[in-house]
This record gives sequence, structure tokens and C-alpha cells, in this order.
Amino acid sequence: MLKDITLGQYFPGDSIVHRLDPRTKLILVVVYIVALFNAGNVVSYALMLFVLFSCIALSHVGLKAVFKGLRTVFIIILITALLNIFYNTTGTLLVQFWRIRIFTGGIAMAVKMVLRIMMLISGTFLLTYTTSPIQLTDAIERLCGPLKKLHLPIHELAMMMSIALRFIPTLIEETDKIMSAQKARGADFETGNLIQKARALMPLLVPLFVSAFRRAEELATAMECRCYHGDSGRTRMKQLTYAPRDFVALALGFVVLAAVFVLKHFGL
Amino acid sequence: MEPILETRALSHVYSVGTPFEHIALNQVDFRAYPGEILGIIGHTGSGKSTLIQHLNGLLRPTSGQVCFAGRDIWAEPKKIRDVRFQVGLVFQYPEYQLFEETVYKDIAFGPTNMKLSAREIDERVRASAALVGLGDEVLEQSPFELSGGQKRRVAIAGVVAMDPKVLILDEPTAGLDPRGRDAILEEISQINRQRGTTIILVSHSMDEIARVVDRLYVVNDGTLPFEGTPGEVFLHGEALSAMGLNIPQVTQVAQALNRLGVPVNPAVYTMEDAVRAILALRGKGGAASC
Repeated sequence: MLKDITLGQYFPGDSIVHRLDPRTKLILVVVYIVALFNAGNVVSYALMLFVLFSCIALSHVGLKAVFKGLRTVFIIILITALLNIFYNTTGTLLVQFWRIRIFTGGIAMAVKMVLRIMMLISGTFLLTYTTSPIQLTDAIERLCGPLKKLHLPIHELAMMMSIALRFIPTLIEETDKIMSAQKARGADFETGNLIQKARALMPLLVPLFVSAFRRAEELATAMECRCYHGDSGRTRMKQLTYAPRDFVALALGFVVLAAVFVLKHFGL
Repeated sequence: MEPILETRALSHVYSVGTPFEHIALNQVDFRAYPGEILGIIGHTGSGKSTLIQHLNGLLRPTSGQVCFAGRDIWAEPKKIRDVRFQVGLVFQYPEYQLFEETVYKDIAFGPTNMKLSAREIDERVRASAALVGLGDEVLEQSPFELSGGQKRRVAIAGVVAMDPKVLILDEPTAGLDPRGRDAILEEISQINRQRGTTIILVSHSMDEIARVVDRLYVVNDGTLPFEGTPGEVFLHGEALSAMGLNIPQVTQVAQALNRLGVPVNPAVYTMEDAVRAILALRGKGGAASC
């Protein structure tokens, strides 16, 4: 059950989207989000949908996986839709029932907001589906590089992120193991009220923390043994280099952004 | 004799219906009899961990049955906890599950879950600590201050304190030095002798397990290809090597001698037996040549 966490899972592949430089993808996602929030009419929404679906098609990830990711935010989408339907009072009155009044403006706004959230989530998930966590942190480190001039510990933050991501599966496995061991001693994680359940977690959390600290210490020693000394003078095994396709992708991205602004300006 | 713990056509499949589907156990019939020390041997990924987690109801069979004292343990799923008190399971590296402030409280965790009286808990904690060779002075210490071997004893005592009818230990000697290994194995046989507890010992090392167990199961690829006394099982030397298991070194020597035409008993697995077998042979051979 613990292994079913799919949030931000990486699907290895060799599509054109996978092969793009992670920095390009990161910039494009930002551009995509800006464009999405500036899209205000049917034409620009159609354009954004077209962009999203072309990217999904090019990535070979499959629509199913993308929609599966949407399930995790279903509640947020539902609440957004309901709030807009019931509290927006623009446009003409459609339905009046007891104290509930639904206006055309509310429906339109709800559709718009739901589409926007769904496209936002799908787009960002497409990034994590096609980019391994290591590539992603590398890209973040490189893109935030200029901030190092301000003495911000960018390399350290990126390293911490990589390590955290690396240890999620390990800790999940460990949790499973400790849970089984305590269950074998009669621990009960399922029944009881909230307080009893919280107390029942102690036999799980204490060993988990102890082992997390032990692992951290071992990892730190192992890193020092291999002469890790932070950022300065550090070289990389995998150099990030822009290929021609990255420039094409970036150009396309900015063209779409420009198109959305133009459409907004002319109110089409 | 009636088996105390048995599986009937037990199968377990992980991740059914996904691309990761994997058959971990395939139609396994396994029996443990009261009072015996039973070995389970198999290399990593053979299915031995999956098997033992079925024996105390941590995993539920995909098909087939697990019976304790003749009754299907899943007949009443709500009472599965009672089965776990009867069939104690000590995981690999059990010291990583310690969590209480004192050794005493940690050993008392199982008996407390059984809802025993305070007096009974106290008796059980002290008795099981003594059984694994932990002195009274250790009981008030923090388990995190102890050495690796001591920690492992605390964890084993925590399961022994539930006074299970069957005690399963997964690689109880992993990561210990030879002296610590022998001490733990000796304490385990002690539990068997004093309380009549059925012991199931899981290992990947034939050398270690052969000296202790009465009977042995070999697990390979989700099935149990061989069963019998260590001597019987080790006769399948070549098949075992193909499964990635090595028979004890003395047995290898005896079998090599056999292939060279020296009629030593090929089923010896302890150094003492081997010495005796070879000496007996010399006595005979010597007499003939003179």
C-alpha cells in the first residue's frame, strides 16, 4: 500500500521530451504556467490544450498516466468547481432552487478554473514523468546558479533535494519492515480512536528516526571518504549541454506565450 | 504426530494484475512438528521471507491455507493477532525495531499487547531476558546504549516474552562475529530445550544451520524442492550448488573423497562426525593392508 505513491513518479523513456535538456523543460514549464494564467478566452484555451496534448503525445507517457496523476488533486478540483458554480452571480440566472441560484457566469468560470487547474497539474506532472529527480535537481542548481553570487547555498540545497528524493523509497521500505516487526509483537496500527492511533505510531516512528539518523551519519562519512567538500571546484559526470532541439523547443514556448498575450490584448 | 504449523498448497503472488506481477510462492506444503528445530534455507529472493511472513499471518495467502494447531489461521481474520502471539517472528536485524526508553519496557511491549497482568508481564520479562543471557542490570538501561549483540538479544527476548508455541527467527546471526553467532545459536537451542518451543531457523548458510537443526527445508524459486535431515538434504550437493547454495565444507570434502573412490559416508556435516568416519575407515583399511 505504501508503495502506491505515484506523485511525481519518473517514467524512464527515450522520447524527444525525455531527451530535452532538463533546464529547457523547467523553463518551458514556467513559461507554460505564465501562459496558462494569462489565457482568458476560448481561443487561447484551445491553443494551450493543443500545446499540452502535443507534449503528452510526444512524450509517449500515455494519457492514462497523466490522468492518474490528476486523481490526487480531485478534491481541490471539485471544491473549485462548486465554489464557482454557487457563488459567482454574473451573467443570466439559469436555475433557482430554494436558496441556490446558478448563473451562466458561474458555470463558465467553473469550467475555466477546472480546466486551468487540470492543465496546470498535467503540465507539471509531465515534467516529473519525463525528467528523473537527479536531472531535475541538476537543472535547478544550474538555473539558480547566479544566486550563488548573493551567497545563497544553492548547491547545498540541490544536494539536499537529491538526497531526500533518493531516500524516499528506502524509507518507505524501512517503514514497511518496522511495521511488520511491530505487528509481529502484537502492535495494532488500525483500530482505536485518533489518540490511540497516534500513540500506536510511537513503536514505528522511534526506530524510523533512529535509522534515518544512522543512515545520514553513514552517508556523510561515505561522502567525506570520497572527498566531498561542497560546491567549489566540483566537476560533474553528466554535463548539461543545450542541443539544437532545446533552442527550437524554447523558441516554440515563447511563441506560444507571445500568442497568448496578443490574444489577451485584442480580447479575441 | 500432528504438525503444529502447516501450509497447504500455499501460493502468494505479488502485485497481481500489474506488469510487476511475481509469483513468490507456488503451491507450498510445509510442516513443522511440535518441539523440533527446523531449518529453512534458501538464497536471497527464493521466497523464504515471504513464506515465514505467512506463518504468523503478516501476509495473507493468494491461495491455499496456513494452519496453526490444525486450524486455518484466516478462518477468523479478526483474531489474527492471537496467532501472532502463538507464532513469534523475529525479523532479520531485529535490533532496528527497538524503541522504548529501557530494555525492560521494550521486552514488555509484546506481553502488554497481550493484555496480561502487571505481575505476569514482570515475570515474563525477567524470565525471557535471563533465557537469552541478559542480566538484571541491563533491564533498566536504554536499549540504544547496548552493543549490537546485546541489542539483538533484547529484540529476541521481546518475542520470547510472548511465550509463543513456535518461534521463527530470520537470519538471527547475520552480522555477528563467530563467538556472538555461536552464543545466540546456543541460546536458541536453550529456549527449545527449556520450554519445548518449536524453533524455525531461517538462514542462507548451511554450515551454520546444519549443526543446530533436526530437519531442513530448502526453498528455491517459490517451491520446496528438498526436505529431510541435514544429512539427507546434503546428498543433493550438485542440485543445491545449482540453486546457489553451498553444502557444508566437511560434507564437500567427504563427497569429493567418495568421488575419488574412498567410501566415506557422504552425508556427514559436522567436523566430529567427519573425523570419526575417516578414522573408522583408516582402522579398516589399515587392518586389511597389514
